[in-house]
Amino acid sequence: MTPFAYERATDASAAVARVTGHANAAFLGGGTNLVDHMRLGVAHPDLLVDVTRLPFSNIEPLPDGRIRVGASVRNSDLAADRTIRERYPVLSQALLAGASGQLRNLATTGGNLLQRTRCAYFQDVTTPCNKRKPGTGCSAMEGHNRDHAILGASEHCVAVHPSDMAVALAALDATVVVLGRQGERRIPLTALHRLPGDAPERDTVLDRGDLITAVELPALQMAVNSAYYKVRDRASYAFALVSVAAALDVRNGQVADVRIALGGIAHKPWRALRAEAVLKGAAASDETFDRAADAELADARALRHNAFKIALVRNTLRMVLRRLTSGAPA
Amino acid sequence: MKASITLRVDGEPRSLELDTRTTLLDALREHLGVTSAKKGCDHGQCGACTVLLDGRRVTTCLSLAVACDGARITTAQGLARGGKLHPLQQAFLEHDALQCGYCTPGQVCSAVGMLEEAKAGHPSYVTRGLTAPAELSDEEIRERMSGNLCRCGAYVNIVAAIRQAIGKEAAP
Repeated sequence: MTPFAYERATDASAAVARVTGHANAAFLGGGTNLVDHMRLGVAHPDLLVDVTRLPFSNIEPLPDGRIRVGASVRNSDLAADRTIRERYPVLSQALLAGASGQLRNLATTGGNLLQRTRCAYFQDVTTPCNKRKPGTGCSAMEGHNRDHAILGASEHCVAVHPSDMAVALAALDATVVVLGRQGERRIPLTALHRLPGDAPERDTVLDRGDLITAVELPALQMAVNSAYYKVRDRASYAFALVSVAAALDVRNGQVADVRIALGGIAHKPWRALRAEAVLKGAAASDETFDRAADAELADARALRHNAFKIALVRNTLRMVLRRLTSGAPA
Repeated sequence: MKASITLRVDGEPRSLELDTRTTLLDALREHLGVTSAKKGCDHGQCGACTVLLDGRRVTTCLSLAVACDGARITTAQGLARGGKLHPLQQAFLEHDALQCGYCTPGQVCSAVGMLEEAKAGHPSYVTRGLTAPAELSDEEIRERMSGNLCRCGAYVNIVAAIRQAIGKEAAP
């Protein structure tokens, strides 16, 4: 591991200035991904600014019905919060589907959003990887790509985003609050992460020194009927092959409103707007659910080892929508 | 680069000077000689290094010691009180919930933290209806303990030991 200086931030603006003004600095949250990358040689900051003791550890209801989640709220605390469980079950379930009890006690809301792909080639410094070292090539393209993307990939990168929480937040139309050099700004969660294009080294639209301070959840009434379902190789403690986050409002057998996001299939949490468009106003039936999946998957492209994900998205989406229609817990 | 920190480990205040690169796990094992936290994968994937940090279960291999300055840490060897094993440790013995025993200190610390979470009403991914009180069925115990791997495959007896510790004799 490269030697580094460690500083504990006591003021958010000062922390932003510190990281902005230092070429190779990084913010430290729970450390569950960054420290691993430092040990693997994937990341080598020479200054860590620990932001976990900044005053961003509260979950606050706002007067207009929104909820503001501080960036240093631990994943376990957010999942267990009463209001989140009652009003946004999809978010609680997504958090509980991620990692393990021990890691959820460490991982933060801001850090979860900024965790990096678990593509084996990205984490193995002996192999070419455009995300880790731009211009070296993509080892997954012709390699072991069972876990990789079927939507939105490029010739430069087929990695997927690993977060479960971010998929739920994409479905909920959450907003990310960012403190940067120019002050505070708000970014829709669905616009935070990028598709790889020709710059796969950039996971998000954030600039150096930008600090996530909070995530805001809209007062989305329909989210009380929402769920997160994760399909993986083992029953627990594994990353998603495919996951579905959905909220559904069915009235008189018709879909009045719906939100869907997919995980494990793209470089970013994949908001399924095409599927939503098919569903809105249509009968809440298997036939509609399958048409919605087909619309979303029309541009899907399988690699050598991951064609199964196309059928898996279709089947998982149908199952989740069916359960939300019947009111059964997913 | 060097840093000075203080930890309270199994009830004892310990001051140490270490390189900022030192993980909490290495600080415990290599600097303080507290070897009850085990190094398994060293990548947060096996749970062998689990301890209680300020009362909550965490892996120690992915935390920098310098970021834990001032923390209160309980390892498996600090769970016993007055020469008497913690009820979970006793239950692991009675149910033969191990073969080689390497993962056991992490399993026991994780179980202690897990039962505290359940007592506080925290749900898990398999909890039906997120708002109902969590009933610790075998399925719940398995899900909540999934961050602790046992390569000997002693899972059946680990679940039985935890079931005994929470005062339940048979699987529902």
